[in-house]
Amino acid sequence: MTARITASVYTSHVPAIGAAIDLGKTAEPYWQPVFTGYERSKAWMTANKPDVIFLVYNDHATAFSLEIIPTFAIGCAAEFKPADEGWGPRPVPVVKGQPELAAHIAQSVILDDFDLTIVNRMDVDHGLTVPLSLMCGEPDAWPCPVIPFAVNVVQYPVPSGRRCYHLGKAIRKAVESYDEPLNVQIWGTGGMSHQLQGPRAGLINREFDNAFLDQLIADPETLSKKPHIDYIREAGSEGIELVMWLVARGAMADTPPRVVHRFYHVPASNTAVGHLILENPR
Amino acid sequence: MALDKSYKDVPGTTIFDAEQSRKGYHLNQFCMSLMKSENRARFKAGERAYLDEWPMTEDQKQAVLARDLNRCIGLGGNIYFLAKIGATDGKSFQQMAGSMTGMTEEEYRDMMIRGGRSIEGNRSIGEKK
Repeated sequence: MTARITASVYTSHVPAIGAAIDLGKTAEPYWQPVFTGYERSKAWMTANKPDVIFLVYNDHATAFSLEIIPTFAIGCAAEFKPADEGWGPRPVPVVKGQPELAAHIAQSVILDDFDLTIVNRMDVDHGLTVPLSLMCGEPDAWPCPVIPFAVNVVQYPVPSGRRCYHLGKAIRKAVESYDEPLNVQIWGTGGMSHQLQGPRAGLINREFDNAFLDQLIADPETLSKKPHIDYIREAGSEGIELVMWLVARGAMADTPPRVVHRFYHVPASNTAVGHLILENPR
Repeated sequence: MALDKSYKDVPGTTIFDAEQSRKGYHLNQFCMSLMKSENRARFKAGERAYLDEWPMTEDQKQAVLARDLNRCIGLGGNIYFLAKIGATDGKSFQQMAGSMTGMTEEEYRDMMIRGGRSIEGNRSIGEKK
């Protein structure tokens, strides 16, 4: 028996959501609809606890300054500390890694022509910890080890949707060649439409977001061809984070997935919150 | 052949590409230094003196002192780096984003609650006219 990817999770990773959890504001009228949307997700997580989460996210000028800007970076360390992003570190558990599987995936994926940067020491920011909080609540320890996979979406050009989608396929192949029967989930995070800069800040595009969700489920192949300019124009300069969802989708089986949960809400601070849980056929 | 920079046609938006990153390198690295609490304290104790430790342009220093985020971005700043200044000032990301739109904090928050800024009329500079 080898490892296999059983499901994928997609979610926004808005920092203000983390702050709302950490400051005990989840029941406030502004935040309540967001957290209600994740109630089912938390129940699903409890019932479908994976052995490892492969978590695709982006660093927001936290672990990576402008000194080094890796396009794809895989975390191979034994643990990753929640970062101080300027407001102090989030009071959440340390993230335990899975160095053996991470090293195996790195080796397989690099030989498949994806030039990953290997990271053996890294703090993780809200991009990684907010999805864990949304899906797992506030436990004393995260339910399983996590392999952080950071994608550059800060300095343009970010990798294309096509590249991300094919990378996902290479990750699937790598996982399926790992000689241990691990249940692996892959998460794609960031988005949905939002713009944090300039006079156009505050942009939200519900129509784009919902069409993206539809197509991610039904026709990721076509979606992967969407050019950068479409994301920037239609979903905002920071909406381009959505390419990371294509890594997770590419790692799913070629047969249609089962849609376990779909949720969309505007706003969380400056951002449209989108969320999907897709299961592979058993 | 010239690079395709069609994103320059998106109104009210500056894409942080290699050109901007080169211009803003020291500005952004200054921001990055504010990740450490002792540096935040030193910056607050004397902003100008702290900025003078960095090989930034005078324009960049003035833009930081004025907390003019649009100008910082024009001079090569990136919002995720500039956010460290906001964190040092105790500002939320929403307050920072709103400050670039010409709206008051309240107007901006209300716009977001009503569903955000519409895409209609905001796709391209040509359309905006």
